[in-house]
Amino acid sequence: MPVLASVLGVFDITLDKLGDGELWLAQFFRGLSDGATYASVALALVMIYKSTGFINFAQGSLALLGVYLAYVFSVEQGLPVAVAVVCAMAASAAVAMFVERVLIRPFPPNHALPLVIVTLGLLLIIDSAVGIVWGFRTRSLPSMFPSGAPIEWGIAQLTWRTIGNLGTVFAVVGLLYLLLARTKTGLAFRAVSSNLESARLVGIRVGPTLGFGWALAAAIGTLGGALVVPDLLLEPSIMLRVLIFSLAAAALGGLDSLVGAVVGGLAVGLARNLLVTFLDLSELALATAVAVILVVLLVRPTGLFGSARVERV
Amino acid sequence: MNAVDESARRESTAVGTAYLEVRGLKAAYGDINVLHGIDFSVAEGQIAVILGANGAGKTTTLRALCAMVSTEGSIKLDGEELAGHSTADIVRRGVAHVPQGRGTFPELSVEENLLAGAFVRADNEVRADIERWYETFGVLGERRTQAAGSLSGGEQQMLAIARALMLRPSLLLLDEPSLGLAPMITRTLFEQLSAVNAAAGTTMLVVEQNAILALGAADVAYVLEAGAVALSGPASALADDDGVRRAYLGY
Ligand SMILES: Nc1ncnc2c1ncn2[C@@H]1O[C@H](COP(=O)(O)OP(=O)(O)OP(=O)(O)O)[C@@H](O)[C@H]1O
Ligand SMILES: [Mg+2]
Repeated sequence: MPVLASVLGVFDITLDKLGDGELWLAQFFRGLSDGATYASVALALVMIYKSTGFINFAQGSLALLGVYLAYVFSVEQGLPVAVAVVCAMAASAAVAMFVERVLIRPFPPNHALPLVIVTLGLLLIIDSAVGIVWGFRTRSLPSMFPSGAPIEWGIAQLTWRTIGNLGTVFAVVGLLYLLLARTKTGLAFRAVSSNLESARLVGIRVGPTLGFGWALAAAIGTLGGALVVPDLLLEPSIMLRVLIFSLAAAALGGLDSLVGAVVGGLAVGLARNLLVTFLDLSELALATAVAVILVVLLVRPTGLFGSARVERV
Repeated sequence: MNAVDESARRESTAVGTAYLEVRGLKAAYGDINVLHGIDFSVAEGQIAVILGANGAGKTTTLRALCAMVSTEGSIKLDGEELAGHSTADIVRRGVAHVPQGRGTFPELSVEENLLAGAFVRADNEVRADIERWYETFGVLGERRTQAAGSLSGGEQQMLAIARALMLRPSLLLLDEPSLGLAPMITRTLFEQLSAVNAAAGTTMLVVEQNAILALGAADVAYVLEAGAVALSGPASALADDDGVRRAYLGY
């Protein structure tokens, strides 16, 4: 079976790697850290999916714009990184509200196809606009969190950045939960996503409610981008890759579940790091994410935590 | 027919000026005209019923009143023009609408459905009203934390009505409230609606297939045919009209 042998040879599984506990732990921490960043962009996708029932493919691009703004505010204008990120979140929220008002609202909210096309177009427009304005040279955005690691076992480090990423994503999901479950705005948001017509009939202004969802999702996406980028380098295609992992995370979690987005994000982050390290799959990492999406859609379209939409029979 | 029209006029002048006054109402879906300029009015505190065959435009009429379909013509509520305003503004004027069929928020709990019904209210009696409707509609109280989508069809219909009443509406539009309800429950429901009407003076416009029950509860009635008012008059007069009896009452 020379074919099988060469296929396996590609994966380059070495026993001493598998037996290396420190390597496992190191990849576990890195997986959690990456996973947290996928989770935050996945949360943004879930927010839009919950309210509209479609995936905003421009979510990564809005985050990309946000991260470049954070770069401008921090590196060029000299603001502290955390302040720059908050300003960038606000700015991308404003852009998203404008986009929703001008490009999304004219279409009927319950017809997914035109909206999917619009968001795909938006993805291309924003990504190339960012390329035109800032060029394709890579830049680096500093992290909001201090460098160094409070806990170390040999090569396995639990860094401040990992802790910060995880803490941020848990804080975001907690706040989102409170917003949705405990406030009037959250009730309006859930009512619109549950039954558009009845939402109108109880006096909810559907347009502004969806606009608010877009703004919030863009701010969360930008925050997610600001967590990802310090680990990589900032260039115009960076969020496209993140978007694919986040899509896999959201699909795995169930598309309409906040908790699902976090669990899905962490699972994808861990799987990615372990596969890349132990199977030497780095060239196939993106393909694995797409495979996750396909398998989930085939085997369990509602994901791990998603709700099958309840309809009156 | 003339006799019926005549007595309708007498009835409405006897009760006073109309609370809801609709003139030349047209409605269209895209370029398909469904309502061809209908006139009707309901006096304050009255219950009006709209009868008509399937596809006559009953649902469209109620949707037109709430700006849920594109319309022409004049819709005056308590003397103020509603036409041209958004659904959200019309709701803020006190118009509640129980749509035909699925009128609840299936993913939200029973209690959240009722809270959503009070969305535009700013007073602090929302809680008390919720308890009141729990008492009136016993099953809802038992299922307050359950997702509305998991209720039976009839229970959801009660929830949709309670949800509408949470607005404390001055005008309540009901599109086939008896849909999917057992006959006994339907009768109780109409008694409850009459009680709300008597206690709060809520003006009601009801579309109903159960013509006997509806005419029994209503003050005035309109019969729609192919997007036009074919007949109108006091409910009691229409119940005695031979044409109406043959077409809608079946005896
Ligand atoms: N969304 C729509 N798009 C196009 N045409 C519609 C739409 N809704 C209703 N119509 C048409 O408008 C006409 C009136 O419909 P409407 O729903 O008002 O009837 P109805 O009297 O409520 O009937 P039913 O007793 O069956 O509920 C019908 O011919 C129907 O085909
Ligand atoms: Mg109808």
